[in-house]
Amino acid sequence: MKRSRRLRWQAAALMTASALAVAACSSSSSPSASSTSSGSSSAALTASAPGITATTITIGSHQPLTGPAAPGYSEIAPASAAYFAYVNANGGIYGRTIKYTYLDDAYNPTTTSSDVRQLVLQDNVYAIFNGLGTPTHLAAVSFLNSEHIPDVFVASGCECWNAPSQYPETFGWQIDYVREGKILGQYVAQHFKGEKIGYFYQNDEFGQDGVKGLDYEIPASSVVSRQTYVPTNVAIAPQVAALKASGAKVIVAFSIPAFTALLKLYTLKLNYNPTLVVSNVGTDPITLGGLVSAFAKQSGTTLNGSALINGIITDGYAPSLGNLTNSWTALWKKVHDQYDAKAPFDGNVVYGMEVAYSFVQAMFKAGRNPTRASLVTAIEAGLPQGPIVAPYAYSATDHAGMTGAYIGKIQNGVIVQEGPVLTTDTSATGAITNYTGTEEQAPASGIPSASP
Amino acid sequence: MRTFLPRLGAAVVLGVIAWYLSRTLNQFRDYQIAEIAVYVTAVAGLTVLTGLSGQISLGNGAFMAIGAYTTALLLIHQSWPFYAALVVAGAAAAAAGGVVGIAAARLRGPYLAGATLLLGVALPSIALAWPGVFGGDQGLNVVFTVPSFLGANFPLTRWQAWVSAAVALVTLLLLANLMYSRIGRNWRAVRDDEVAAALDGINVAATRVRAFVVSAACAGLAGSLLAVVTGLVGPGAYTVTLSIQLLTAAVIGGLGSLPGALWGSLIIVLVPTYITDVATSHGQSATVGANIPIAAYGVVLILVMLVFPQGIQGGLRRLLIAFFGPNQKSRTWRIAPTSDVTPSADEPSASQHEKEGTI
Repeated sequence: MKRSRRLRWQAAALMTASALAVAACSSSSSPSASSTSSGSSSAALTASAPGITATTITIGSHQPLTGPAAPGYSEIAPASAAYFAYVNANGGIYGRTIKYTYLDDAYNPTTTSSDVRQLVLQDNVYAIFNGLGTPTHLAAVSFLNSEHIPDVFVASGCECWNAPSQYPETFGWQIDYVREGKILGQYVAQHFKGEKIGYFYQNDEFGQDGVKGLDYEIPASSVVSRQTYVPTNVAIAPQVAALKASGAKVIVAFSIPAFTALLKLYTLKLNYNPTLVVSNVGTDPITLGGLVSAFAKQSGTTLNGSALINGIITDGYAPSLGNLTNSWTALWKKVHDQYDAKAPFDGNVVYGMEVAYSFVQAMFKAGRNPTRASLVTAIEAGLPQGPIVAPYAYSATDHAGMTGAYIGKIQNGVIVQEGPVLTTDTSATGAITNYTGTEEQAPASGIPSASP
Repeated sequence: MRTFLPRLGAAVVLGVIAWYLSRTLNQFRDYQIAEIAVYVTAVAGLTVLTGLSGQISLGNGAFMAIGAYTTALLLIHQSWPFYAALVVAGAAAAAAGGVVGIAAARLRGPYLAGATLLLGVALPSIALAWPGVFGGDQGLNVVFTVPSFLGANFPLTRWQAWVSAAVALVTLLLLANLMYSRIGRNWRAVRDDEVAAALDGINVAATRVRAFVVSAACAGLAGSLLAVVTGLVGPGAYTVTLSIQLLTAAVIGGLGSLPGALWGSLIIVLVPTYITDVATSHGQSATVGANIPIAAYGVVLILVMLVFPQGIQGGLRRLLIAFFGPNQKSRTWRIAPTSDVTPSADEPSASQHEKEGTI
């Protein structure tokens, strides 16, 4: 029995080419942020729950370290790990050190599904912390809740995490996209009255929730075009052309950083100069500026990305990175320089540290010998604001995170706050009000206090 | 019957191994057994298509999506039992495979690869076009439970491993039978020389279409299994990457060889996790650590192709022959497409070999 070799060689050649493509999309890994304990007394500490020993707390996460969502977002987990290393080096949580294992899911839900099973069934983590992405985390949420694993501070503003009766273990953290849409929408309605407005958004829960909030505030008659994209298709020229053709003077975008950058570049290419209003998740200035420069370079042009993105309107929920005298920013800078110096000091890094801070707050509240249930109870009893400008919504009936944000503008690589902190709810009629509470100062130790 | 019994025996042995492993290893390994079984089911179909009938498909991930969405919709809206949905999922994918196969029967080589690639890229996007039916990017949640007779504390992952392994083994058994039947002989005849096959009275087009139907049916079954194993059916899981992974597994395992489908699936599922564990335990920095598995995975693929150009199964056969002499060659040895060709790049001599070709 004999055959032509031609097909075999065709297959082999195809294989070689495919191998790298496959590799680029397959699973990957991470370091864990373990560090030596500072040797505090552990007399009363017990292995009170799976993933908790007398000396350690093991938590896990799924993160897009490679793949389409990696630019920017891949910095988050190492930054959280850096903050945990800082806590571990300064006494830990009641003396226990945090071990943080995050696995790469390349933003692919099937890989997420496998990752969380590895973390829960094999690595025996105490909780899943800050799992990143809406479509990805949706592939994990049912499993985690059926196994009664605390699923805290999901890195996504989907309203879907706030479902205490269906997902009692799951908690959101960052401001949800509906609230964010309302706050951005109100600003647009007030400042661009009578102008033609276009939408550009990711065609999933992220974009749709944001648009839901926008539509509560922006009159439907002034929205002249609604364009969507999917993260797997970077050819968005038709959408941008349609926005230009509609005559929109303002584009409100709910997009991830790579697509905000593409949007900016395509408007330039078409000689179209609308005002851009972009969701917080798509506008970290360092990431965005870098992406604009990098994409322009790929097509053979040299552009100064960080200059081009000046003036983009967005929102923020933490102190601006431009102000190093702010106690929180100074703390993040200190931790960054000591434990994560290779990463740029940008919004993603600070995000990772802030959410890690919230987790440490919650763990202190959960008690000296926490169970999985006591962590959930602790968060449901409410968390202090910490570095965040607006209060959290946490209660037994509400698992949403932050309730407000301020409007800001990108100026020279940072988001500069414009106007007051605004809080609201997720309903169509809920008012948007100025928040008058004072912001907390960072603790001198850099670690939340044990007494809530 | 003479050849069926040993194959049945091999399937039973594999089944016992899977059963034993699922009871002794932890639940995550159970999940990996299920994942491997899903891949084996899909890769076995593809290896038959490419290795035996000589056609290439970069769209089998799309057939898996058809199986998965069929299963999800039947379970959610019709509350069908999973086993009925599994069969229908296989049938739906087979029907789609028939349609694609009719078009594919006219195409060769890179053109066929391109056409099926188009299917692999385009089909998952349908889910985004009708989010009301297919759940959009978010996908559809599938609930799969342990039957009550196993008790309340029986781990779901172990049940998933059992079901998936059973489906994979039955699929392998059926495919093995098919390979040694008239249909399988026709496939090989068409693959080796279409003109000679046609002169022998074989309907070339129908034979090629039949291979596509079988391959798509396997992919549909695998998709259906993947739906209940991961609990979610979304377009993100069935991208063209999946199709390419299936082909990768088929080629590194050994094209046209069913044991090769098992080797390839083992590599696809276990190597990334293993390297992840190694990289984690060595505490690599984030930027390096995230990319080591990708690089290492690429190196493994390239090495396998260099050292075992006929895939792992081909390599194992060579080792067997080296140790025990040529008498040890098994039936699969004679049937596998690439086993008697030494690895070299002297493409021009292919025509010479063709002249020598025997059927």
